[in-house]
Amino acid sequence: MVLAALRKDFLLHWRARARLAAIFGFGSTALLLFSFAIGPSAEALRQHAAGFLWLALLLSSTLALAESFESEMQDRALEGLLLLPAPPRAVYYGKALANCAQLTLLGVALVPVMVVLYDAGTSRLPGLLGVILLGSAGLSAPGTLYAAMTSQAKAGQTLLPLLLFPLVVPVLLSAVKATSLLILGDPMGQLGSWALLLGAFDLIHWSLCGLLFGRVVEE
Amino acid sequence: MGGLALAVDASGLSRRYGRRWALVDVSLRVPAGTVVMVTGRNGSGKSTLLRVLATAIRADRGTARVAGYDIRSAAHEVRRMTALLAHHSHLYEALSALQNLQVAARFLGRDAGRSALLPLLEETGLADRAEDPVSTFSAGMRRRLSLARVLLQEGSVVLLDEPYGQLDPPGFRLVDGLLTRLRAQGATVLMATHLLERGRALCDEAIALEEGRLVWAGRARDLPGDGGADPSSLGAAGA
Repeated sequence: MVLAALRKDFLLHWRARARLAAIFGFGSTALLLFSFAIGPSAEALRQHAAGFLWLALLLSSTLALAESFESEMQDRALEGLLLLPAPPRAVYYGKALANCAQLTLLGVALVPVMVVLYDAGTSRLPGLLGVILLGSAGLSAPGTLYAAMTSQAKAGQTLLPLLLFPLVVPVLLSAVKATSLLILGDPMGQLGSWALLLGAFDLIHWSLCGLLFGRVVEE
Repeated sequence: MGGLALAVDASGLSRRYGRRWALVDVSLRVPAGTVVMVTGRNGSGKSTLLRVLATAIRADRGTARVAGYDIRSAAHEVRRMTALLAHHSHLYEALSALQNLQVAARFLGRDAGRSALLPLLEETGLADRAEDPVSTFSAGMRRRLSLARVLLQEGSVVLLDEPYGQLDPPGFRLVDGLLTRLRAQGATVLMATHLLERGRALCDEAIALEEGRLVWAGRARDLPGDGGADPSSLGAAGA
């Protein structure tokens, strides 16, 4: 069932791929604007690069997550799925996995922009990919739940960041720290601990949100 | 409406939206295999009744068993046994007609292959638009695709909310054929409609709702007057 949901969501993402390009444009613009705030100092830019990468991804994620439920609410497609009956948990994990894949792709696409704007490259690309994957998972699990909740509200697009941002602060801190260690160097060998912490937050979010989704979408 | 094998056995169903009660103390017993017309004015509670029975929304009061399962404690089983054609199409606009059926088929555990689903699109007159996104469909075409989805579900209790709505004359014949087919398969059908002559001809039983209350129940061909469009035409409650 999760596979059926995942397939459906990948198909919906593929059909809306032009939107993903627009969201990438938004993330890149955010990175550009943040770089203006730092000024021309190369050292300062490098030091802030990880934080701004994750801020850009966080801001972009609210757009991507909200849009992922737009198609579910048009003509009450989600209600139709639940009446088939599709298990709410399967619907949730399918959508959360698809959102995680989309955010990971977005994060990977923003890395070259960060390298160009902040002169902040790293040779540890598999490590960076791993951190982006874990961080995207940490954003998409609660993000999918809250997007489902706010998509039924009138001011949903405004409510989503208000609800999501406080909840993902621990994920964001861990992801920024781990990314920063990859870019600036890790003389104390702290990367593993931050990645582990990030993984632990992911585990909590993916378990709890899967349990709660049914209560959110069922009347 | 009585009988031993009841497909729908509802008692005191009530549902409110905010302060307004849309359904008030509706009790209903529908034997399996019966085709029932649900009629009444706009806002009389027809859609609410069907949505409560389909477990799309919860009843605030009362109980009901659909296909032998309780709508509160066994909603998943009720959903497995029922198919609802609702006002909303339940379709993904961005996906094609075929993809929409494939999504439903995968969740139902059915064959989602093109060859398995194309006959449904042919039956509903959409085979030549199978690959087109639903966003390009007219309201009538969406209705046809929703009907194809209902056929795919093969529910033993089928709840049709104004199935003739937005359809053209061939579409009307399609729904007539669907009702005949469902009857032959032994399915129980509750159909909300304003088309009384059609309902009288195709349905076994009828109920009329007025301001959320059941005001008449009996054989469809005996349904008086305009079936609830003017409540005074129904006389005393036959329920």
